[in-house]
Amino acid sequence: MILPDAEATFEVLLQKLKPLITDNTALVGIHSGGVWLVDRLLPLLGRPVARGTLDISFYRDDFDQRGLRAENKPSQIPFDVQDQHIILVDDVFHTGRTIRAAMNELFDYGRPASISLAVLVDRGGRELPIVPQIVAAEIPLPVSQNLQLLQSEDGRFHFELKDSL
Amino acid sequence: MKILIKNGRLIDPKNNIDTTQDIYIAAGKIVGIGSGPAGFEATQTLDASGLLVLPGLVDLSARLREPGFEHKATLESEMQAAVAGGVTSLACPPDTDPVLDEPGLVEMLKHKAKQLHLAHVYPLGAITRQLQGKQLTEMSELTEAGCVGFSQADVAITDTQVLWRAMQYAATFGYTIWLRPEEPYLASGGTAHDGEVASRLGLKGIPAAAETLAIASILTIARETGASIHLCRLSTAEGVEMVRAAKQQGLPVTCDVSINHLHLTEHDIGYFDPNCHLRPPLRGQRDRDALSQGVIDGTIDAICSDHTPVDDDAKLQPFGEAEAGATGLELLLPLVCKWADEQNIPLPQALAAVTTKAAAILDIPAGELSLHADADLCLLDPAQEWKVEASVLQSQGKNTPFLGLHLRGKVRYTLVNGQLVYQAA
Amino acid sequence: MLNPQLTPDGKLRHLLSTEGLPRAILNQILDTAESFVGVAEREVKKVPLLRGKTVCNIFFENSTRTRTTFEIAAKRLSADVINLNVNTSSQSKGETILDTIDNLTAMHADMFVIRHAQSGAAHLIAQHVAPHIHVINAGDGRHAHPTQGLLDVFTIRRYKPDMHNLRVALVGDVLHSRVARSEIHALTTLGVPEVRVIAPKTLLPQHVEKLGVQVYHDMREGLKDVDVIMMLRLQNERMSGALLPSAQEYFKCYGLTPEKLALAKPDAIVMHPGPMNRGVEIDSAVADGKQSVILPQVTYGIAVRMAVMSMLAGNSA
Repeated sequence: MILPDAEATFEVLLQKLKPLITDNTALVGIHSGGVWLVDRLLPLLGRPVARGTLDISFYRDDFDQRGLRAENKPSQIPFDVQDQHIILVDDVFHTGRTIRAAMNELFDYGRPASISLAVLVDRGGRELPIVPQIVAAEIPLPVSQNLQLLQSEDGRFHFELKDSL
Repeated sequence: MKILIKNGRLIDPKNNIDTTQDIYIAAGKIVGIGSGPAGFEATQTLDASGLLVLPGLVDLSARLREPGFEHKATLESEMQAAVAGGVTSLACPPDTDPVLDEPGLVEMLKHKAKQLHLAHVYPLGAITRQLQGKQLTEMSELTEAGCVGFSQADVAITDTQVLWRAMQYAATFGYTIWLRPEEPYLASGGTAHDGEVASRLGLKGIPAAAETLAIASILTIARETGASIHLCRLSTAEGVEMVRAAKQQGLPVTCDVSINHLHLTEHDIGYFDPNCHLRPPLRGQRDRDALSQGVIDGTIDAICSDHTPVDDDAKLQPFGEAEAGATGLELLLPLVCKWADEQNIPLPQALAAVTTKAAAILDIPAGELSLHADADLCLLDPAQEWKVEASVLQSQGKNTPFLGLHLRGKVRYTLVNGQLVYQAA
Repeated sequence: MLNPQLTPDGKLRHLLSTEGLPRAILNQILDTAESFVGVAEREVKKVPLLRGKTVCNIFFENSTRTRTTFEIAAKRLSADVINLNVNTSSQSKGETILDTIDNLTAMHADMFVIRHAQSGAAHLIAQHVAPHIHVINAGDGRHAHPTQGLLDVFTIRRYKPDMHNLRVALVGDVLHSRVARSEIHALTTLGVPEVRVIAPKTLLPQHVEKLGVQVYHDMREGLKDVDVIMMLRLQNERMSGALLPSAQEYFKCYGLTPEKLALAKPDAIVMHPGPMNRGVEIDSAVADGKQSVILPQVTYGIAVRMAVMSMLAGNSA
């Protein structure tokens, strides 16, 4: 399988996002890939946009099976969520469970005006009625494969495809 | 009943025997060693090939828990345990309920034990009534009832004047005073050796000085009063050294150590193992080494099991609240063998500490395989390995620090007064 | 000997003591606590991690303060909480500590938080419970109080992030202090190079130096150039007797006053596990002064306990 260039895909995401930014928009990245994307996006949007990060470890629905991950980072929502138009940003959209957890967490900070979802890749396989509004690339993958976004030290993105088990 | 024990390796420390010989028993006595009396016809022959034929062990401290603590153990269960462990004579401390401070109680205990036809029981009478450290017991009457010495068990006599009088009085009649040396104020509330482990685990410590201070008082008063003293369950290196010096000065003092303290140290407490809650507490490595050396050079006369059956309810408690003590009658012999092996000393020398030398302290005719002696003996399979588990112990007390350990040496037969009283399944 | 706190694959199953825990696990607790600090600052101070789980606070020794912090922590994790004060009288009626545990297990508790006056009580319970149940030691005798030790270390790390370059002094009743033991093990495991204890000989355990600490009897000497001062609580009943002649003399020799504090580094922080005896261990001017981090300790205590509970709940044996 030939993977698209991650940097080119990022550029697509940027262009699709730009027109959606308003005065009340905040970009909230989901750890870790979503946060990388947000941090690369923010300076390129041409206007100040609020930044937030979420680590959904405490909201996962598979805690009973998998326990707490060894690495978790504090969630940071340094702005008032109330009446904000929030764009959740994640790298790879799969089952939708991460997004559900992220939305649950977000609501514990307040009541946003709206939430939309921007992802770099939709790999298919959703298990919940959640659809991203902004998708830079669609790469349908079998369940047995796992697509990951990686970031090198100079900040550049690339994809990696692995077998799940 | 005439019994012939054939082909066994006879070890009798008293008579310095360690040889393969047959032994002939009739009418409760040993009637022949090597060769039997003319016309001896065995009604039973035991093939002791590969087995050790030993004098029955003499245990200087085994709590039988009767009367008063039948929920922990009964005379019957513990006497079964004794013979299963090759112990044919045992001394029991007076801390029963009621305390062994009246002749009637001693007679009753002796009588009940005798009816069981298992091991011989030698009670130690209380030194003071109810062990309260105030009023002396009727030592002469108690002796007539069967007491072989006088003890305070684990209770100290805090009033040194009472201690002085007790020794004077005992010396009058030539009775031996048995004391476990522990200064009660220094030991107060303590549950473990006041060392590294207690500090780490936050357990209240019993300093080694609690033992040495008590030994110093006891020896001083013994010297003044002329009393014969037996010091029970030494636990410290300094304590051993003090006894060594006292013996060199010719004081009539003997002492013993529990087999637990020859094998274990404070580190065996691990993560609060209540089975390692013992009295005296398990001490440091240096103490354990000094205790071993004391047995080897004869400073310590005897090794005992310090058998103390404790019920689970009392034992399954946080370390400090768990009742002290461990079952031991069935472990004494294999643990002595293990100790001799580890110390690299001849088995007969080690066995002396649980046979003839222990009998000498009690001044009883036991712990030997002499011609015409009572036929109290045990046959040990020295190679048989077994795992210490609750299910294999006869004793009602199942708690011991050695649970789960694989031991070598299992008693196959035990004879008391020429009768087969135990036979391994 | 297997560490009774860990699962066979080395994950935290019970928290009984900070001793013998790998540095990675201590760091994981502290890092996770960092995430929970943020939770307390949100509009909804709750996360759904332990939804449907039952946490049982069993206090064989009364401590409203500690119990409350565990209760808040459990509730912020969405657990149901049962509080049980087992007074000694019901125990003297014949029910053993393990009977009590069995009863609560039958009510489907998932986690026990145990406070007991005897060292080793939490270990005993941990060895006894079914594999899916977790035990947190909330203080056992003089032995350990690991969540307190961890929250103290967490507080230190927040103010002094470079743990490898710290001098920490513990002042006071180390002998009877489970907090001191838990702090010492946590600090040494995390690589703090110099941990000092400052106390009269009557308040130090035998061979305390084997815990990896340096011993000082003179407070002025011991406080010199330290970065962190942890004051230990002195129980009332120990203030006058054979351990110490009087609270006054203790304060004179070992109380933390502004003058003595000045001997430490200028940016040193002052800690106390509470409740404080003002004028005995610590002068009010210090307790309420700008170097004091005593109240942040309390705040962080909840985050650390949430971290421990959430880690345990996810690690079944």
